[in-house]
Amino acid sequence: MEISGQQYEPVIGLEVHVQLNTKSKIFCDDPVKYGADPNTLVSPVSLAHPGTLPVVNRAVLGKAVKLGLALECKIAQKMYFDRKNYFYPDSPKGYQLTQDRTPVCKGGGVNIKTESGDKFVSLDKIHMEEDAGKSIHVEGEDFSKIDLNRAGTPLLEVVTNPCMSTSAEVALFLNYLRRLVRWLDISDANMEEGSLRCDANVSIKPVGSEKLGNKVEIKNMNSVRNVQKAINAEIKRQAELIRSGETVISETRLYDLEKNQTRAMRTKEALNDYRYFPDPDLSEIELSDSFINEIKSAMPELPEEREQRFINEYGIELEKARIICEEISQAKFFESMLKENIDPKVASNWFVGPVKGFINQNSEIKLENINPKALSSLIELSTSGKVNQHVAVRELLPEVMVNGTKPEKLAAEKGLLIESDENELLDWVNEAISQNPEKVTAWKNGKKGLSKFFMGEVMKKSKGKADPRQTISLIEEQLKNQ
Amino acid sequence: MKINKETVRKIAHLARLELNESQEESMISELSEILDWVEKLNELDTEGVEPLINISGEVNRWREDEAKLTISHKEALKNAPEHDDDFFIVPKVVE
Repeated sequence: MEISGQQYEPVIGLEVHVQLNTKSKIFCDDPVKYGADPNTLVSPVSLAHPGTLPVVNRAVLGKAVKLGLALECKIAQKMYFDRKNYFYPDSPKGYQLTQDRTPVCKGGGVNIKTESGDKFVSLDKIHMEEDAGKSIHVEGEDFSKIDLNRAGTPLLEVVTNPCMSTSAEVALFLNYLRRLVRWLDISDANMEEGSLRCDANVSIKPVGSEKLGNKVEIKNMNSVRNVQKAINAEIKRQAELIRSGETVISETRLYDLEKNQTRAMRTKEALNDYRYFPDPDLSEIELSDSFINEIKSAMPELPEEREQRFINEYGIELEKARIICEEISQAKFFESMLKENIDPKVASNWFVGPVKGFINQNSEIKLENINPKALSSLIELSTSGKVNQHVAVRELLPEVMVNGTKPEKLAAEKGLLIESDENELLDWVNEAISQNPEKVTAWKNGKKGLSKFFMGEVMKKSKGKADPRQTISLIEEQLKNQ
Repeated sequence: MKINKETVRKIAHLARLELNESQEESMISELSEILDWVEKLNELDTEGVEPLINISGEVNRWREDEAKLTISHKEALKNAPEHDDDFFIVPKVVE
């Protein structure tokens, strides 16, 4: 990007909040659930009543360590929580419990695959903290409504170094992180519901310059696409400021999707002075080697590794391996289908095509309720030529997926097994020929493509159970005899 | 240690407290006294001593991840100075 004869480049760092999918909150027993009626998931602790004390949820530590290991971070073995003091009604204690000085994970990072090759996105840290409640501002009223259901929901804040230079890299990193946290069963990572939230720090600087420009923090983006758009809009705004000889002010800006631009936020706190200090109500935490090793040994094969193994071991195309490995449940289901000795490539075509298609169209169907063995038998039935593939997909697949019915039995009951009885076949062929004399003449005059028309007729008459190879040779034989 | 008016005003602002002139004065003397008292600790040599985070000295007091509701929605709202059927009501906050 050129500004007044000088090449500039953007510098982008992210702060990603990952809401953990624990059953209860980070410091008390309240259930964690999205979309419940307001103020029904609260307790004296989350309401900050005097005299109540927090106790940390062990599962939060486990999930934090799990993510840290997957991202090759250094895991802190001694840590505590700090109070971040600020006054806002959706944080009833008057402070947020977070980790300032002793984050659970330091360093680490991940290689993302960009169009111009691998790019290492390095992490500064990952720390644990509690979420705030929600304020609802009512237009034209002089009050606000507060819902504290979300207050105390566990969060991991993943902070990257300012190491990205395009919004495309940001999108790749966010998609990687989203797949990873879902894969590890840490979070639902749904940006629209706010279980994955991303703030971006954006600045621009002359290429080669060591000194970073003034950074602007942008908020309020509820999809990866909007994060990209917001970053692009902000880079453009900063470039225009510099072009016209102005300076970029360090501030927080909100992204306005409709106008596709960022706007300054009115400052929440004139003096941002959080006065961090260690929380004296919580005990210190020491993670033993055995605590960490237990998590390490239960770590699933990571999505990228699994994808690569599917390609190397089973010869599945990259595109299909990627789709299957989008969710760990899919990857597991796919591998249990393969236990039945079916061709992995054929299985991948079925999985990515009709099976996923059927699930997408029928939201009540869940992968975990489908019997992989029944599905494998169906694929086998089709590849061995006992049932026409289209017929198998159309007539058998839905029932096999919904009820787990044995496909062979179902095919027999529905009369869909391919007929290799030559006499019956011959009847259908001759019927098709005698009903279409003009087509027969055309065929004889050289329109050999019409064989397919007769094939179609026979398939209709046989309801798809005529063996295609046998049928086509029979058709041609009979047509020659006319 | 003597605390000044500016510091008292800053702390009051951060805590969203409104202090009148005489309250400010008494805060200055009370806070200064507290700080003097705490300053006594400086007489001790703490070279090489790790700061104490938690007075009980307990480590890893944690709980298993089990969800439980301990109060009802009605009880939750009961003590609030203002509320409606669903929400706590507070003076308007603008971001």
